[in-house]
Amino acid sequence: MKRHLKISAIAMAAAALVGLTTPSIAQQGKLSGDSVKIGVLTDMSGVYADYGGPGAVAAAKMAVQDFGGKMFGKPIEVVNADHQNKPDIAKNVTQQWYDRDGVDMTVENLNSAVALTVQGLAKEKNKIAIVTGAATARLTNEDCAPGNGIHYLMDTIALSNVVGKAIVKDGGDSWFFLTADYAFGHSLEKDTGDVVKATGGTVKGAVRHPLATTDFSSFLLQAQSSGAKVIGLANAGGDTVNSIKAAAEFGLTKKQNLAALLMLLTDVHALGLNTAQGLYLTEGWYWDLNDETRKWAARYEAVMKKKPNSNHASVYSSTLHYLKAVQAAGTDDTAAVMKKMQETPINDMFAKNGRIRQDGRMVHDMYLFQVKTPAESKAPWDYYKLKGTIKGEDAFQSLAQSRCAAIKK
Amino acid sequence: MRQTVLYAGLLLALLVAPWVGYPVFLMKALCFALFASAFNLLIGFTGLLSFGHAMFFGFAAYVTGHAAKVWGLTPELAIVCGTLSATLIGVLTGWLAVRRQGIYFAMVTLALAQMIYFLCVQAPFTYAEDGIQSIPRGQLLGMIGLGDDMVMYYFVLAIFVGAFALIYRIVHSPFGQVLKSIRENETRALSLGYQVDRYKLMAFVLSATLAGLAGSTKTLALGLATLTDVGWQMSGEVVLMTLLGGMGTILGPSVGAIIIVAMQNYLADLGSWVTTIMGATFVICVLVFRRGIVGEIAHRFERKA
Amino acid sequence: MTELFGVPIQALLGQLMLGLVNGSFYAILSLGLAVIFGMLNIVNFAHGALYMVGAFFAWMLLNYAGINYWAALVIAPVGVALMGVLIEKTMLQWLRQLDHLYGLLLTFGLALILEGIFREFYGSSGLPYDLPDVFKGVFDLGFMMLPKYRVWVIIMSFVLCLFTWYVIEKTKLGAYLRAGTENPQLVQAFGINVPLMVTLTYAFGVGLAGLAGVMAAPIYQVSPLMGSNIIIVVFAVVVIGGMGSILGSIVTGLALGLIEGLTKVFFAEASTTVVFVIMAIVLLLRPAGLFGREK
Repeated sequence: MKRHLKISAIAMAAAALVGLTTPSIAQQGKLSGDSVKIGVLTDMSGVYADYGGPGAVAAAKMAVQDFGGKMFGKPIEVVNADHQNKPDIAKNVTQQWYDRDGVDMTVENLNSAVALTVQGLAKEKNKIAIVTGAATARLTNEDCAPGNGIHYLMDTIALSNVVGKAIVKDGGDSWFFLTADYAFGHSLEKDTGDVVKATGGTVKGAVRHPLATTDFSSFLLQAQSSGAKVIGLANAGGDTVNSIKAAAEFGLTKKQNLAALLMLLTDVHALGLNTAQGLYLTEGWYWDLNDETRKWAARYEAVMKKKPNSNHASVYSSTLHYLKAVQAAGTDDTAAVMKKMQETPINDMFAKNGRIRQDGRMVHDMYLFQVKTPAESKAPWDYYKLKGTIKGEDAFQSLAQSRCAAIKK
Repeated sequence: MRQTVLYAGLLLALLVAPWVGYPVFLMKALCFALFASAFNLLIGFTGLLSFGHAMFFGFAAYVTGHAAKVWGLTPELAIVCGTLSATLIGVLTGWLAVRRQGIYFAMVTLALAQMIYFLCVQAPFTYAEDGIQSIPRGQLLGMIGLGDDMVMYYFVLAIFVGAFALIYRIVHSPFGQVLKSIRENETRALSLGYQVDRYKLMAFVLSATLAGLAGSTKTLALGLATLTDVGWQMSGEVVLMTLLGGMGTILGPSVGAIIIVAMQNYLADLGSWVTTIMGATFVICVLVFRRGIVGEIAHRFERKA
Repeated sequence: MTELFGVPIQALLGQLMLGLVNGSFYAILSLGLAVIFGMLNIVNFAHGALYMVGAFFAWMLLNYAGINYWAALVIAPVGVALMGVLIEKTMLQWLRQLDHLYGLLLTFGLALILEGIFREFYGSSGLPYDLPDVFKGVFDLGFMMLPKYRVWVIIMSFVLCLFTWYVIEKTKLGAYLRAGTENPQLVQAFGINVPLMVTLTYAFGVGLAGLAGVMAAPIYQVSPLMGSNIIIVVFAVVVIGGMGSILGSIVTGLALGLIEGLTKVFFAEASTTVVFVIMAIVLLLRPAGLFGREK
């Protein structure tokens, strides 16, 4: 009996040693002031992999490359991780990045639950978190982190302002929501519902589905029986694609209209123009807007073999903006860099006169698109017709309306 | 005497550990070591395979998170709340589950755990996919701030050592002997006059309570309570930890837990391969390594002696 | 719109039909599990994963080899059955003398391996599998739309279940199988190759799962997670119905699918947990299951 315990004790000590040494192996040991390290946290293989995923990593690397690859003589490092859409994995990775691995800035950070976690951590550890791929407006309102977090691409308020208003004005004045049951979905449902009601419409109800649902039939049946004119899809990525497909299968679109509240180029690609044609949507960027965007998109396509979406473009733009700010500030100290990022306007292929506000919101123009018919499309990825440009100040919530307690108004 | 010296040595190693390693990782390892040890009480010593232990771990995690964040309770009270909620679930599910044996028992626990999972998905206080985040560690007894990782580590260590000692006592007590006899031969135990069902239920509730304690502590240590904690994958993981370390041994589950947690940490960038590796470990253990690490070492030693 | 208990007929019938489709899958899968358990005394946790593999085989056949749905309906289950033979011969047969819990643990490990591999290569968001053209579209019944494919699924499942039940309960082969479960030595003494029967039974059981996977592909999307999502419900079905009878698993599977569908109409929040609640109730009243014969 005693011998067993001796061996058990040695085994346990050995196991403990394994446990103790593994984190150290991951640690790079560079001090924050000595090199710039960027972490791309995204979903590499799940529902949102096309939205962010390997494309986001590629975009960040392109930014580093365009900057020159070095900061003050030392190479800039880009690391990445797959959080599989789970906040606890995200927290684990980011905590280790910030604590042990000397990561100064994390970028991408979809989905909304992950973004909230990461921004919270950035605040706690006084680092920088740039959110491009998540849409929850809470990032610049209730859960804001003015000195540490930047919300770069779009949020649910902008989406509902542009799409919601357009559809209600067009006659779609009774809505029923199909909502993804997490921060983003709830945000989108609430913000769009507010816009619908403010514009004179009614919200008949909502049904919540778990993230990464594949079979929407029973939820859509409920939407059908609500009798609403418009079924708002308060979800994103694969969920939106699957809801639209199921709606087509059940003949829902014969009597009701679908409104995809967050729809991206890659979703349209997955659906195919036959199913997606005519859909209205809003995005912050499109590859075919002008020569500059086309040029960058071609470079991206050479690496990734497909056209970039607005998320990829914003990862590129925000990373480059960050690096320029570090250079201008002469340090990677969070407060100094954030100040420079807010002082400097953004003028690149992504945005003209974009600026980062006190609450972390990056304000830039939004575009209303309509999906082309198969006949109108001349090449793969040629999917959008531009229907209107909405100025940043009109699309996004104004600073005065912000529910961020920490900023001085 | 030797035994005491060995355990003292281990304790010393654990006391020194955070100065050498990463405290947050160590806390996580300790919580899972406790979880696995609690689970082992049921399978290793009573012979009941519960495939739904995540329901105790995860539900307690949520309750503690809610208690600390929303009700603002001090950490020790929050942990007590969480642990008691696990006990409650243990009583209710145990009462249902012990009606069946062997494989059916496993399937029933799995199904009940899945029910708890879905309840957690829908209950508003869990925030579904987002989970409860930014859970404050608070001040122990209203006095000692647990925000510092090192201080928190020693708090977790104290809980672990206390619970581990409790498990040790249970196993070596007359109650523990009866449990072992039930594992060996239930019919015989029954014929000897023992109210087998009562003992099984007691073991189940004890195991559930300690698993809940592990979950509650984990919540405060890591600041997060999510659906992952109540999922069936978590139930499977604790089975693997115990199997790998050695079912029915005292230290085995802890060894297994540390290895699995380290593996998940170290291999995190391999993404989905981790699932495959865990599955392969399961298969290999079942086919050729049923005694587990500690069990195998003990067996070899016994043979030589 | 006419209403029944305050719910529009269209919604009620629609959800009932969806429930029948889900129930068909529950029935086929629990049938496979019951057959395997009856013969090998193993709870095949990998059943869900092999159902997923069946769906993936169909997808791969279509996307890599241009082989359509109809051929896939035959080829994919055979492929899964072959995998079953491999699993039984290389791993399961060593566990025959041990506690049956080890079989559960081994198959659980296999399920993880399969899910992990497929998730690594195909992501977890689900791949689309197109309906064969003849099934596209709906029957417009006026008060509701009935997708053609789902009707096909119901019919196919009914045929499959009837066929399996008939083979096991009414044919000689089935009689040998049942006898072999009761008393393998005696049956072996009569010159019947029991180990071969065991292997073939496992292969048949998982082949059924694979076939269910092919049928599920157009409806549920082909995803590495589809197996684990469904297997736990099937376990509950099996506990409710009892492992003892084939008919029991079929009836219970269908009934539970319908009850789930009804719950979605009247009390949507409970739809994911209703099966487990029923399981708890059955456990209290009839611990051996509704049709069960305790082994």
